[in-house]
Amino acid sequence: MHDMSAHVHVAHHAPPTTFIRKYVFSLDHKVIGKQYYGLALLAALVGMFLSWLMRLHLGWTNLAIPGLHLLSSNGAPGNVMTPEYYLQLMTMHATIMVFFVLTTAPFAAFGNYFLPIQVGAEDMPFPRFNMMSFWVTFVAFFVLVSSFFVSDGPTLGGWTQYAPLSAVGKVAGPGEGTGVILWATSIGLFCIGQLLGALNFITTTLDMRTKGMSLWRLPLSTWGWFITSIMGLTAFAVLLPACVLLILDHVAGTSFFVPSNLVINDQLQPHSGGSTLLWQHLFWFFGHPEVYIAIVPGMGMISHILVVNMRRPMLSHRTLIYSFGALAVLSYMVYGHHMFVSGMNPVSSIAFSFPTLIITIPSTILVLVWLGSLYGAKLRINTASLFALGFVSMFISGGVSGFFLAQPSIDIMLHATYFVVGHFHMVMGVAAMFGIFAGTYFWFPKMFGRMMNETLGRIHFWLTFVGTYCIFMPFHYLGLAGNVRRYQAFVVDYMQPLVPVHKFITVAALLTGASQLIFVYNLIHSRFWGKPAPENPWQATSLEWSTPSSPPPFDNFGGKLPVVYHDPYQYGVEGSTGDYVMQDSPEQIQTVRDEA
Amino acid sequence: MARIFAVTIIVIAIVSAIPILRHTWWMAPDISTHGAPIDEQMSETMAEAGISFLASQILLAIFIWKFSQSRPGERIRTFPGGAMTMVIGAFLLVGTEVLALGAFGAKAWASIYFTAPAANAMPVQVQAGQFAFYFRYPGPDGKFGPIHPEMISEATQNVFGLDLDHDPDSKDDVVTAEMAVPVNREIHLLMHSKDVGHSFFVPELRVHQDFVPGLDLSVHFTANKVGRYEIVCTQLCGLGHYNMKAYLSVLSQEDFGNWLKQQASMQ
Repeated sequence: MHDMSAHVHVAHHAPPTTFIRKYVFSLDHKVIGKQYYGLALLAALVGMFLSWLMRLHLGWTNLAIPGLHLLSSNGAPGNVMTPEYYLQLMTMHATIMVFFVLTTAPFAAFGNYFLPIQVGAEDMPFPRFNMMSFWVTFVAFFVLVSSFFVSDGPTLGGWTQYAPLSAVGKVAGPGEGTGVILWATSIGLFCIGQLLGALNFITTTLDMRTKGMSLWRLPLSTWGWFITSIMGLTAFAVLLPACVLLILDHVAGTSFFVPSNLVINDQLQPHSGGSTLLWQHLFWFFGHPEVYIAIVPGMGMISHILVVNMRRPMLSHRTLIYSFGALAVLSYMVYGHHMFVSGMNPVSSIAFSFPTLIITIPSTILVLVWLGSLYGAKLRINTASLFALGFVSMFISGGVSGFFLAQPSIDIMLHATYFVVGHFHMVMGVAAMFGIFAGTYFWFPKMFGRMMNETLGRIHFWLTFVGTYCIFMPFHYLGLAGNVRRYQAFVVDYMQPLVPVHKFITVAALLTGASQLIFVYNLIHSRFWGKPAPENPWQATSLEWSTPSSPPPFDNFGGKLPVVYHDPYQYGVEGSTGDYVMQDSPEQIQTVRDEA
Repeated sequence: MARIFAVTIIVIAIVSAIPILRHTWWMAPDISTHGAPIDEQMSETMAEAGISFLASQILLAIFIWKFSQSRPGERIRTFPGGAMTMVIGAFLLVGTEVLALGAFGAKAWASIYFTAPAANAMPVQVQAGQFAFYFRYPGPDGKFGPIHPEMISEATQNVFGLDLDHDPDSKDDVVTAEMAVPVNREIHLLMHSKDVGHSFFVPELRVHQDFVPGLDLSVHFTANKVGRYEIVCTQLCGLGHYNMKAYLSVLSQEDFGNWLKQQASMQ
C-alpha cells in the first residue's frame, strides 16, 4: 500500500518573468486556479443579478424595474419585462450558474490551485493545456454573454435546450436562431476547456504524486477532484458532439434533432428524419453526471475542512472515497429519471428508477460518516467549518427530495414543477455554493497570504444559511401544489393563489442575494488589508500547508519536493507532542487509522 | 455560536415540516380511477423522506451542540461500531426502504402505463402547438381523418390540417378548443404535436405526458368526478408557454352528449 509512487519531472519550468506570462497567459496552475475563481465570481454575480430580475418579475409581473430597458429595449419596453425576455434571462441564469459557476469554481478553480500541491507536485504535467483550458473557458463565457447583444437576444429554450425548439431556428421564437448558435458554441468551447482540465487533473493525480504519497494518502479534497475529473472526461465528451450536431442543424441544413412534418407559424418546416428524444438522451447522459461534477468536489472539500476542524480523521477515509466513486459510477446509470414522462419507453422508466433510488445508499453513507465523525470530535467553529456543516444540512435537505423524483409514478405529479427547481437548487446549487464558500474561507490565507475577516464571514454565513432555506424550501410546497416551472406569470387559475408564496420567495432572494455582497467586500478587503496569515492558521496536516510561503512560490515547494510519511489526517495522535502531525513530518508516530 | 447553530437547524427542520404535515400546499384532490396508487406512493415517500430529513438534521444539530465545546485533556472518541456499522446499516435499512419504494412505485407506474385502453374506450385526439391545445372527436363514424401537415393553418382555422374534400373520415370530425369528457368513461387520448415539444398535465387527473414531435403517443384515463379543470403545458415551448392552457370539463353522459352535439353544429 505504501508504494513510493514514481514521480516524473515533466512539468518543471522556469519562473515567469514578464507580466503577461505571470498574470495573463500563465502556465502556473495556481494563477490559473485564481483566474478560474475570478471568472466564476464574475459569472456568479451576473447569474445572481439575473435571478433578482427574474424573482422581481415572478412576484410582481407587471412591475417596471427602473433601468431595465437599458439592458434590452426589446426585452423590456417601458422597463417591464416581456414574456420572452423572462425566459431569456432564465436560460442565461441557469447556463451561467451551472457551467460557469458550479463547474468552474469548486472543480476548476480550487482543483487547479490545490490538487497539484496536495499531491506534492510542482505543477501539472501539461501546463500549456491547462492555460488553454482556462482561456477557452473564458472565451466561452463571453460568447455566451455576447448573445445579450445580438438582435433578438439570447436563446429562451432553458439550459436544457430541448429540441426541436432549439434546432429549428428563429421561426420557433426570439433567440432561437443566433442565440442558440452562440449558446451551443459557448458550451462546446466550455466542454473543450473542461476536457483539457480533466486530462491534467487525472494525469497529475496518477503520475505526479511525490515520494510516499500513495493514492490512499491523498486528502479527501484531492479524491473529490480526481473522481470529478474522470466524470468530466466522459460527460463533456458527449455534450461536445451534441452541441456540434445542434449547430449543424442550424447552419448546415441537417436534421439530427428535427423530425419531419413540423408546422410552425403555418409553415411546413424543411427538416426531416431527426429525433427529438436523441437530444434528450445525449443531453442528460451529460446532464446527470454534471450534477455530481458540481457536488463531488464540494463533498471532498468540506470533508477536508471538517476533518481539520474536528481535529480527527473521518470515521472512515476509504468509505468516503468509495462512496464518491459509487456516486460517479451510478451517475451515468440514472439519467433517464429526467425523462420519465418524455415519451421514452415506460419500461425504461422503471429501469432508470432503481439505480436512481440506489444512489440513496452511497449518499446516506456519506451523511452517516460525516455525522458519525462529528461524534466525539473536538469541533472548532469558524466560518469555514460553519459553511462545511451547512453543506451537510443542505445536502440532506436536497437529497431527501430525490426520493420522490426517482420514482416515475410520483414524477407524474412533480415533473417540471417547482419541486424539481427546489430539489436541484438545494443539492447542486446551494450545497455546492456552500462548498465554494467553505473552500474560500479555509484556503484564502494560503492563496493570498492574508486572513479573511471572521466577523463578516459569520454574518455572511448566517444570512446565507437562513436565507437559502427561506428561498428554496417553499419551492417544494409550490411544486406539490402543481406550480409549473419556467412560467413567466401565473395566469392558470389554480396557480394564482400561489403568487403570495412567490412574493415571499422574491423578498428572501433579494435579501440573501444582497448578503453575498458582504462576501465580495470581505474578499476584496481581506485581499489587500487582511491580517497577514500565519504559516498554518488552521493547524492542518496536508501538503498545502507545507509550502515555504503563502501564496506558495511558482514551483510550490521552493525547489525541493516534500516526502510524505503519513496518512493525510493525523490528528489526535497518541504520543505526539502536538495534536496533529504534518504529512511530510518525519516524526515517528502510531498512525491514527480508521477501522473500515 | 455552535449552540445557536444547532438550535437554528432544528427550528428550520421543524418549520419546514409543518406545511407538509398540515397539507397547507398539497396535491389537488384526485379525480381519476388510476390515481390512488400515486397518492399512496406520495404519502409513503413523504413519510420516509420526512423521517430521514428530520432525523438527520436533528442528529447533525445534536452533534454540533455536544461536540463543539472545548473539553481540555479529553481525547477524541469514535462512534460506537465505527463506519462498518453505518455501511451495513445504510445497505440494510436504506437499501430495503428504497427497494420497497421502487417496487411499489413500479407497480403503480405499471398499473397506468402497462395496461392497454379498453376496447370501448372513447378516443379523443389532442394536438399541441405554440401556444394552444386543440381537441378532435371522431364523430359518428368513430374514425379520425388523416392529418395533412401541409394543410395545417391557423389562418384558415384548419388547425388539424384536415382535407374535408377528399377524406370522408374527416367530414364528421369535431374540432374544439376546450376538452370535455363524460364522467366514468375511459378516454383514450391520442397525442400529437404539430411543432415543438409540449406537455399535457392535469394535476387532478394524475395525468402528465409530454408531446414528442414526430412520435404520436397515447395515454388513457377515466375521470370519476364532474367538474371543470385545467390542462397546462409543462414543457418549455416558447414565449407563450406560461399561457398555454385549456379547460377540461368532466360532464355527465347526458351533458357530454349535448356538448358534443353543440360543438358539431358549430363546425
